[in-house]
Amino acid sequence: MNQSQATIVEPFQFYSKADQTVLLDKKAKNIRELLDGIKTVSGASIYFHTHKFLQQHHYLSPEPPNDFGYWITNVLNEEVLGEQISAIDIIQFKKIADLRLQFIEVIESYLQTAERIVDAPRGEEFHFMASQTFVYPTSYVAQTLSEFKEILAKISIHSLYFHIFDASLRLEQHENDFSNWFRRLGHTRLADEVLRLDPYTFTLEGLREKIIILIERYGKH
Amino acid sequence: MASIEEYSSITGQASIDELFLLAKQLEGKSVQNINSTAVGGGVAEILTRMIPLLKQLGVNAKWDVIKGNEKFFAITKNIHNALHGIPVNFMDDDFSYFLEINKMNANEMDLSGDIIFVHDPQPVALIERQKDIGRNWIWRCHIDFSKPDVRTWKFLRTYIEQYDCAVFSAPAFARDLTIKQVLISPSIDPLSDKNKELSPEVISSIFERFGIDQSRPIITQISRFDYLKDPLGVIKVYKKVRKYLDVQLVLAGGGATDDPEGPRIMEEVKHEADKDPDIFVLFLPPASDIEINALQRGSTVILQKSLKEGFGLTVSEALWKAKPVIATAVGGIPLQIAHKYSGILTHTLEGTAYWVKQLLNEPEYARRLGINGKEHIKNNFLITRHIKDYLLIFLSLFHKGDIIYL
Repeated sequence: MNQSQATIVEPFQFYSKADQTVLLDKKAKNIRELLDGIKTVSGASIYFHTHKFLQQHHYLSPEPPNDFGYWITNVLNEEVLGEQISAIDIIQFKKIADLRLQFIEVIESYLQTAERIVDAPRGEEFHFMASQTFVYPTSYVAQTLSEFKEILAKISIHSLYFHIFDASLRLEQHENDFSNWFRRLGHTRLADEVLRLDPYTFTLEGLREKIIILIERYGKH
Repeated sequence: MASIEEYSSITGQASIDELFLLAKQLEGKSVQNINSTAVGGGVAEILTRMIPLLKQLGVNAKWDVIKGNEKFFAITKNIHNALHGIPVNFMDDDFSYFLEINKMNANEMDLSGDIIFVHDPQPVALIERQKDIGRNWIWRCHIDFSKPDVRTWKFLRTYIEQYDCAVFSAPAFARDLTIKQVLISPSIDPLSDKNKELSPEVISSIFERFGIDQSRPIITQISRFDYLKDPLGVIKVYKKVRKYLDVQLVLAGGGATDDPEGPRIMEEVKHEADKDPDIFVLFLPPASDIEINALQRGSTVILQKSLKEGFGLTVSEALWKAKPVIATAVGGIPLQIAHKYSGILTHTLEGTAYWVKQLLNEPEYARRLGINGKEHIKNNFLITRHIKDYLLIFLSLFHKGDIIYL
């Protein structure tokens, strides 16, 4: 690809996002009630409980698991199920509905053989919540890959989060926004390498650094 | 007081820029905060800090206070206690008098804000004016609402449900309401006297003043001397640890409490301290923020062994200082600590003593908990996050749907 082809691709507008936490007045004190909740809450609630922790604890390595896994392991002390729920490979799901079904399947299978149902201590019930997400353009726009790299180093983690996580799962796009733009620029290898990352296994700062390294490595023609 | 730009040294410039972007979306809308007191108490403290920062962001924010007399505030104090689940005997005309004062305020006040942001139960019935003037109304509950007295809740609910939405501080406070409910946790101000950086010299001078030996481990609980903060339980924890480790205990806080058990507990705490020179009981006057800051910074492990908490912001204060914290899993504390990642959550006296020993014997693990804890507070419990949540709730009044493109 030559330079004139690259210039016809639209510049990359960096967006950011902010989440408002909505309380649903629905709680669970044991696995059965948790399952009932997972079956009936909105997709925005499933998204909240499988992603909010990434933003709240994005600096921790290792990161705590999703809210369901954390509660099952640390409050109910059901370590086997907690591990199974924590290990669900969120990246492979392209739709919230499919992710929900996976949680249901794992918990139902556990309940078939469970010898007892443990209740959480009083006051430590699982509270279902949901996100209302506000998306807004930032002042950063990249015309070229080198501008993109420079901006990526200074955007907020919420912006990074929006383009990587929200684009792929909540908005049900097939790839993250960065890979999509790299591909349109003609940087196919870079697009593929960024797409290959499992962002759920990085801290957000680690993810930012990794993408910058990939741009440096594969961003040259 | 710090300016909004000063927070960028802590949160990064991008976070502050985003606050300006969100605030810009509120151009042309005014926000009128209303509560019952201009000074004293947590709500006034929050508004004193929040209003200037909102204004610096370009939000047309103002703050008004309702008028009331002694009888009205005696009733609202009872309502407050009843919402905490404390049994209260109301007089026959209490609720009607409460409404009368609210009505008087509603008629006298200039309710001209596009968004009317009412704090706590005292002014809750101002919403009656909505029928005449419209506007967007938010009710913000700052208190523990987990087990309210049924009669009081039924009375308030009639008014709360007329608002556009209600805001609570912890998930457990959510109620079965017909209106939208939003979670907004309280926050700490990293630039205030209670939380700002202190030099080692300042910290040492304060420990010296209280006669505490900084060369030996120190476990500290900062709280009122109140039954719900369980200071006697903390002393029992210390005694269990003391069998194995050379450690000092600091119990520090204000003495003022409404708890009828307070004086007895205070006596017992003093009695225990008199018997042991390594227990330091410090009754601190209200303007002791620097002392509290120094005590937290100079301690080895911080405890918050509360039996009940509204939110328990002392946990955030200690974590902000990168201290390992062991706290009971009550109220808003589980929001502040992810167990074994950013602190330790316990349920029993024995468990608390076990973890104190662990953290004193494993300083590297304790250090990591503290570092993680500080990051967690930085991202979730600073005043800048609180401001963002307020901007979002104001914006949400004008936008519907799970995902909103501004």
